[in-house]
Amino acid sequence: MSPPARRDVFQAIADPTRRDILNLLVKKELNLKTIASHFKLSRPAISQQIKILTDCGLLRIDQQGRERFCYLQTKKMKEVSDWLEPFKQAWEMRYNQLDSLLDELQSKPK
Amino acid sequence: MNETIFTEYPEGNKLLITRKFDGPLPLVWRAWTEAELLDRWWAPEPWKSITKSMIFKEGGSRLYCMQGPNGEAHWGITEYSKILPQNSFEAKDAFCDENGQINAEIPSSQWRVEFSKVDDGTLVSAMNTFASKEAMEQLVAMGVKEGTVAVHKNLDQLINDIIQ
Repeated sequence: MSPPARRDVFQAIADPTRRDILNLLVKKELNLKTIASHFKLSRPAISQQIKILTDCGLLRIDQQGRERFCYLQTKKMKEVSDWLEPFKQAWEMRYNQLDSLLDELQSKPK
Repeated sequence: MNETIFTEYPEGNKLLITRKFDGPLPLVWRAWTEAELLDRWWAPEPWKSITKSMIFKEGGSRLYCMQGPNGEAHWGITEYSKILPQNSFEAKDAFCDENGQINAEIPSSQWRVEFSKVDDGTLVSAMNTFASKEAMEQLVAMGVKEGTVAVHKNLDQLINDIIQ
């Protein structure tokens, strides 16, 4: 038996298809069919990814009439970005300084 | 300004930082591999990066100090393990004392930095690999503390100015 799969935010965003699904849902909620239409993968394969995202707490599925809509759970998403945000800012800062240095070096070559 | 792209690979405890620079590859390579140039951008303002010694070759290392605005001094050592000139290098980054004695209580991380020529500049991909998820979180938090407390204040101020 393999150990139970991790079901947290980090697991959720580890897969490119899952990241793409999340990106689609940032703009607005979508039904399963519409989500699947954005991918070359089969409907069941997409459903499987959506199930993982739901298990990880990043998506909520709502039955509306005959259709099932996926909603992004933005609070959970924030958990990811918050954690890395200061790290990202440090690198942005660093790299902006490198931009300036490169500019300077190119404007007066040695 | 070019966008910095951060990609997390939680399964391997990796973080990839990708960024394009508007300069020729040889120049970008120099900025990463020559002490005097590295010191001019490595520390986010108002921190300062001061390289005490640097031998950029396989088996060589860079011993440097990150100096904070309140007299803080954090020493780090980068040990270069593999160098393909104008292409990529690999290194181990660790915390240490001023003599380069590695502090084994703080996890180290591995770097692989790749440089590639693109149409109008140079693409730099820096893959940072950590020993574990815990090590990754600890180091990210520490790197952040070191470099950005002051940065944060500035940014907060800036954001406030903008939304007022």
